[in-house]
Formats: sequence, C-alpha cells, structure tokens
Amino acid sequence: MADPMRIRAQAAGDKATIRVLMSHEMESGQRKDAAGKTVPAWFIQEVTATHNGKPVLSAEWVPAVSKNPFLQFAVKGAKAGDKIAVTWKDNKGDTRTDEATVS
Amino acid sequence: MQTRRETIQQSMVVAGLLATAGFPQFAHAAFNKVGFDAKSVQDAVKAYGGGSISESKDVTITGPDIAENGAVVPLGASTALTGVKHMLVLVEKNPSALVAMFHVSDAVDANFLTRAKMGQSSDVYAVAIMADGKALFAKKEVKVTLGGCGG
Repeated sequence: MADPMRIRAQAAGDKATIRVLMSHEMESGQRKDAAGKTVPAWFIQEVTATHNGKPVLSAEWVPAVSKNPFLQFAVKGAKAGDKIAVTWKDNKGDTRTDEATVS
Repeated sequence: MQTRRETIQQSMVVAGLLATAGFPQFAHAAFNKVGFDAKSVQDAVKAYGGGSISESKDVTITGPDIAENGAVVPLGASTALTGVKHMLVLVEKNPSALVAMFHVSDAVDANFLTRAKMGQSSDVYAVAIMADGKALFAKKEVKVTLGGCGG
C-alpha cells in the first residue's frame, strides 16, 4: 500500500481550494536502468475526488505528470466541515483513498 | 439464517456493483489509451471529442518562463467559461503530448494546477473542450534548463 496523501482543503468564500500531494513514483516508461533495460511505466492513471460522498472531479493522467504529483482544484459550494475525499488508481491496479475536512 | 431470497438479492446487488464499477473502467482504459498515444496536441484533443483547436483569451495557462528542473514543472490550466467538458494540459514536445485530462463537472471550477515532466523546452498548452465540441486553447513557451544551476 502506498503512502498516504497529504490533502489540505481550505474554504474561501463560496468555494474551497483543495491541494493534494500524492506519494507515487510516476515512472515514465522511458528511462533505462543500469543494465540498459527499460524501466516499465508505473503511474497514476485515474484520480477522482468526492465532496461529501458526491463525485465532483475525475481526471486521467499519463506518466508525464511529475513524481509525487501535486494537484490543486476548487470545489464550489464546499464549506468548513465538509468532507473531501481523493482517490487515485495506478496502472498496476493499486489504489488509495484519503479524506480531509474543509477548514 | 439467510433465506434463499435474501441470498439472491445480495448477489444481484453485487452483480450490479460489478457492472457499474467494471464497465466504465474499461471505457476509461480505452479512452486513456487513445489520449496517451496521441503524439500531437491536435490528436489528443480529437481523442477527447474536440474539433479543430482555436486560440482563445478566455483560457489561461500558467507556468514558469524558465523551468530549472524539467522533472517538476508547475502548470496550471483555467478558464472562466461555462459549459466546459474537459480540460487538458499538454506539453507539445513530450513523447506523448497529453499530460493530464480533467473531467469538469458543475461542482468544480475549471481551474487546475498540477506538475508535469518536460523533456525539453517546448510550448505548453491548456485546452478547454466545450460541451459543443469546440476546443479552445492557450499556449505558453516554457524553457527547460537541464543544468539546474538556474542559468
């Protein structure tokens, strides 16, 4: 199981800004190891976010996203105390969900 | 004690869950593949149902003028327009241009910030694909200095 994500959700006016820092290798599939063999791609493929259980965002990524990806987005109508959950799924089928409370 | 009826109901629920959980994933995987394989900006936009792309002032791309480290380039894509279906971030000269694709729903702002890898200096694009298939873009040149000395 991968390391936990760091999620910060801050309400400002009628929306909340969510900042997510995921912990993932995001191997591009272009690099070669010392023996000259290509390192197979290993990356987050799908990211979804929910606001109080309701899906608000889904994204598709490719290996061009940096290692330990950062994502910022804004959820309309989210206020302090609301729950924001973020899930990612990588191309090996590994998945992780973390939740944060809007402050 | 579980009756036969309950057992059947439960298995129906499980089957339903599998169906809803399983099929969109296959659709996604296929989708992702097309976008991932796209070498050029236009191909990637087409893969997500956009028409020919046109430059627009309503879409903004944010990024550094000079990126010291090509492995971590902060890129932002945003638009104030309504009726945006997908938001794409692309780096033109990467092996596959597409970096990230966001499905925009009513509940989120079409304003995303993430970090991308860049192999070399290139134009970066933010593309908003509207519900009517129009594709609007903004581009910006980002120079990548490999030395990492800030030069």
